[in-house]
This record gives sequence, structure tokens and C-alpha cells, in this order.
Amino acid sequence: MTIVEAYTVLTFQAGYNTSVVLTGVIALGFGGGVIGVFPYLRKRSLVSNAISHATLPGIAMAFLLSVTLGGSGRNLALLTAGATLSGAIGIFAIQWIRDQTRLAEDTAIGTVLSVFFGIGVVLLSHIQTMKTGAQAGLNSFLLGSTAMLTSGEALLISISSAVAIGCSLAFIKEFRTVAFDKDFAKAQGWQTSHFDLIMLALLLAIMAIGLKTVGLVLIIALVIVPPATARFWTNRLGCMIALSGLFGGLSGWIGGAFSALYPNMPAGAVIVLTAASIFTFSLLCAPKRGVITRSICRLRLRFFALENRGLISIAGGYTPLDPITRYLFRWRGYMDPNGKLTASGVEAAAEANRQRRLWFVYRRHHPDADISLGLHNGRPIEEMLSPEILARLERERE
Amino acid sequence: MTAIDFLSIDLPAIFVAVLAATSCSLLGNFLVLRRQALIGDAISHAVLPGIVIGFLLAGTLSTLPLMLGAIGAAILAAGLIEALRQIGRIEAGAAMGVVFTTMFAAGIVLLEQAGASNVHIDAEHALYGSLESIIWMDLTVWMDLFTLDAYAGMPRHLVTLIGVTFSIVALVFLFFKELKVATFDPDLAVSIGLPMQKISTGFIVLVAVAAVASFEAVGSILVIAMFICPAATARMLTDKLSRQLWISAGVATLAGVGGYLFAAFGPQLWGSSNSLNAAGAIAVVAGLLQVMAMVAGPRYGALTRTIKKRKQRPASIY
Repeated sequence: MTIVEAYTVLTFQAGYNTSVVLTGVIALGFGGGVIGVFPYLRKRSLVSNAISHATLPGIAMAFLLSVTLGGSGRNLALLTAGATLSGAIGIFAIQWIRDQTRLAEDTAIGTVLSVFFGIGVVLLSHIQTMKTGAQAGLNSFLLGSTAMLTSGEALLISISSAVAIGCSLAFIKEFRTVAFDKDFAKAQGWQTSHFDLIMLALLLAIMAIGLKTVGLVLIIALVIVPPATARFWTNRLGCMIALSGLFGGLSGWIGGAFSALYPNMPAGAVIVLTAASIFTFSLLCAPKRGVITRSICRLRLRFFALENRGLISIAGGYTPLDPITRYLFRWRGYMDPNGKLTASGVEAAAEANRQRRLWFVYRRHHPDADISLGLHNGRPIEEMLSPEILARLERERE
Repeated sequence: MTAIDFLSIDLPAIFVAVLAATSCSLLGNFLVLRRQALIGDAISHAVLPGIVIGFLLAGTLSTLPLMLGAIGAAILAAGLIEALRQIGRIEAGAAMGVVFTTMFAAGIVLLEQAGASNVHIDAEHALYGSLESIIWMDLTVWMDLFTLDAYAGMPRHLVTLIGVTFSIVALVFLFFKELKVATFDPDLAVSIGLPMQKISTGFIVLVAVAAVASFEAVGSILVIAMFICPAATARMLTDKLSRQLWISAGVATLAGVGGYLFAAFGPQLWGSSNSLNAAGAIAVVAGLLQVMAMVAGPRYGALTRTIKKRKQRPASIY
């Protein structure tokens, strides 16, 4: 593969079919990313897992129905309608088990997932024995068949994804309240479960539409991975929705192009792997919540604690003996190479001691103050408390 | 159907189904109680890349490399989920979703790449299992079950599963108290000095082994169903853990036998000579049993509770 080839595919110049496929998967990725944000924030991402598996019996039933009516069984609209219907039954089953029995939601999800899928498999095994010869088309629902995306399907995906996004944005205020402040939502007199149902209905819609394209298992990734990725970058809902959609679309774009460029690269899987790469990158490198930033912060805090403890013990008349502290002190210029305190070391020790005693006084007066107000958070007391309080503390310390 | 067919085809398959169902359902009790019910699902999807890599490295479809690969992948998946939860601070469900879909995707890509060399490990096979292909040629009459010779030709799946099931029963029996405390009261478990980390890890490894051993014979749907449905059924029927374990094993056995018989002979009832997918049918039977328990369980069933509430309501205020 050359860069030129990659450029051609990515810019939609690699022929009609590739462009159709790319449009479809980008729209799907974007839609899945946006819709997936709400279940993610409600900590119900895995309901998507049950939904996607629960579509199988519907697909099989629709196929049987279509064959009985004399059709070929490959009527996509009918199959999708069947998928949606049995997915909806699955959602209600989960809600019922969760609300009416003592079983937890994860058990409800697992039950619906395995039993519905079991029904689907039994029906499929019955279909296999039929002599219509059209059953091959059904397997694409399991693992996806992106390469066979027609322009009509791509258009359908784009339109329905846009509609679903529009609906979810129309309910954004309610979804936000239900996700972040359930009690407030209840106090408003809202039935939170109704909004949950709307949310899951939208989830079902986007999954039923993408089912045939990326497959039953991998469509789950399209509604879980992008929101999880976006969460690393922002604390704001609007930003998160935009980013999640962006990451989903990006995964579709890059993954779709990649699978067009290489042989034996099923698009659904490559799209998921692309999404997972973006996720991993964000997990590591996101500015505030990324693992790297957070471990640097932790390391810095640990050094601060070490330094502070050493300085305080100096102020109390002891010389710290452990090699790491001594090394740190030499590096900071508090000690000369022979282990003797320098002038700046004495000064720093006095300052550290002053801060510690100020915090003591502060804690005595405000025992219930926030836990982050204290010596251990690594910032000077002048940054944390107002000058008036500081002045009072100073007076009391005297 | 003749007796010979039944003995050499159906009986071993029923044995395999029951063993797989029992071993999964025993562990499933703890999964359900620990709110980890979906870990079985996550693991059974995440083993795919391990199986493919095991095959690619060993070059054969023999059991051992595939199993080692699968167990490796399962443990990797469990570790990644835990790491995402702790290091990435992601909620457990989403962490699971991210890990298993990614690993499944990786498995599919590997499979397609290896597909050029005409491999026969297709994803469907992994999904549906191969209960129907288990044959025990040496069984021709019932008495063969009591002769040693017959056991030399015992199907491979059956041998593996007998070993795994017995180990699981033994381990659950041995560590019953530890598992119980760790499940119901983690704080107490820590305070009396139980190595919680080791217990959790060991338990997940056990789950992975059970999943992989059963997976190969009965497919992933049945594994997921058996981790959850019998345990959930039992949970609807009792409050006592030991009783719950027994009930779940009983339900698993019932589902295994009933589901298989329905799949194999049910279609003859309406005059069709074809049989249905046994793994799927077993899952459905387990689901039906669970629905019955959820609706009509003597104490916690939804219907039972409604009726009880009706009775308690005074007929009239005056």
C-alpha cells in the first residue's frame, strides 16, 4: 500500500463502492458514538450487549415469515423490523427482571442475552435444514458484511443515524438530569424509567440498523468504546457527545479505509480495532484523566511528601539519613555534596515547618474542612486559603 | 432411533452437556452474587484470539494448544478488565464491553488472515459448539457402560469435562467458606485476613478454565447461559448459599437433559426428521426454568408476591 492509495481511499476517490461503504460506516460510527454516551453515563453500557444478541430470534423469525409468504427471506427491511421487535422485547425483559425480581441488572442482561440468543440459534438450526438456499445471507448478521453495503443501505444508515442523533439531542436535558441527578429528576415528577426506555429505544434503533453491516458482536463496541474514549478528554456532556461521535466516525473512516486497502480484513473488526487504538491512546495520553498524566502527578506528590518530611525533620533538629531524601536534597540545593545543609536548605526547612504548623492551627479550628485542604496536597498554604484566614492563623500561631 | 444410536450418539452428548452445565452453573452462583454475571460472556468472546493464536503456533487443531491459548486469552481479558477499572477508572460494565469486543475483533481479524491457509475454525462452530458431533463408538449396549474396555474410546470432550467438573466441585467444596465470605462480606473477609486478591484471581482463573473446557464442546451461548440461568433460578428459590448451589446444579442437569432431548427428538413430534441445535435448546430450557422461578417462585416470585400482597390488603376498612 502506498500513501497515495491510502489518500485516495480516505478522500473518497477510490471508486463508487468503497465510497459508499465509507459513508455508511462513518455515519454508523458517528451515530453509535453519540447515542452510546447516554447509556455509558447511566452505567448501563452492557445493555447493548443484550440488545444485540436479543435481535437474533427476530431476524430468524422474520426470515421464516418471509419464506412462508413466498419471499426469498432476504428482505432487509423485514429482517431489520424483526430484529428491532425482538430487541425491544429483550429490553422489556431486562427491565422486568431488574425491577420485579431480586436479580441484579447484570444477571438480567446475561439471562436475556443467552436465552434470546439460544432461541435464535435453535431457529437458525431449523432454517439450515430448509431447502431455500437463501440462509447464507443470515450469517452476515453474526459477523457483518460491510463490503456488501449498497448505496441504499448506506443512505438508510445515514438518515436513521441522523434521526436518532436528533432524537437524543432533543431529550438531552432529560437524559442529562437522569444521568447526573436522579433524585432531582424524581423531584421534578419525572418517571426516570421512561427516559431510560427512550434512551434504550434509541440504542436499539442504531444497533438494529448497523447490525448487518458490522455484525452482532462488534456493533456493541461501536456504542461502548467511543463514549469511554471521549470520557477521558472532558467533563462536559456537550463536549463528550461531540467527541464520542467524532471518535466513532473517525474509527469508521480509518477502519473502513484500512479494510478496503488490505485483503482479508473484515471491516467491522478493523473498525473496532481502530476504535480500540484511539481508546488506548486516550487512556494513556489524555491531558487530565490519562494514565501518564495521573502517574506523573502521583510521582510528583510522592516526591513532595518525601521532601517535606525531610525538611520538617531538619527543622526539628534531625538530619534525614535515607539516601533518596539526601539525593533529592542535593538535587534541590538544600545540601552540599558532603551532606551539609546549605543556607537555602535551612530556609526551606523553616518554611516547611511554618506551613505545617499553620495547617495544624487551621485543622484545630476547622476539623470538618474538606480533606483536600491540608499539607499533603502539595500546594503552599498561601494558594489554598485567603489572606485574612492566613493572617488570623499566623496570629494564633505566635 | 435405535438403542445403539442413542448409546453412542445421544448419551455421550447428554453427559457432556450435563457436565459442562454443572461446572459452569456452580461457579455461576458466585458470579451472580458478586455482580460479575457478565464476566462469563466477556470471557467466552475474548478467548477467540487465544484460540486462533494457539492454533497458529501449534499448527494443529488438537486440544491442548487451543485450550492453553484460550485460557491465556481469558486471563488476559480478566486482567485487562480489572486494569481498566482500576487504572483507567472506568465502570466495570463499560470496561468489560471495551475489552471483550476488542479482543473478539482481534480474533476475527486473525482468523481471516489465517483463513488463507484453509483453516477450519470458524466462528459459528465456536458459537454453537459441537455437541452433535460427539460420538462414543464403543457403546453399543447399556452393559458396555460397566466394562472397562469401553472407556478407552471415551470422547475427548467427555474426558476433559469430567476432569474439569470434578476439580471445580472439589475446589468449591474445599474453599466454600472462603468463597462465601469473600462473596457476601468482602470487608469481613479482609479483616479476618483472607487473601482477597488471590481468591478473586483464582476464582476468575477457575471461571476461565470452566468456560474454555465447556466452550469447546457446547459453544459459547450455552456457556453464558449456564453461568447465569441456573444460578439465577436458584437465587429466586432460596436464601441459603449451599442450597442455592445444589439447586443450580439440579437445574443445570435438568436443562442439559431436557434441552438435548427436545432438540434431538422434539422435531419428531411434529413429524420432522431433522434435529435442532442442542446447545441453543438447552439454553432455552434453562431460560424457561428461570422464568418459571421468577414468576412463580414460592417466596420471591413476582406472581407469588402479588398474590400475597392482595391477601394482606384488608377487604374493607370498616
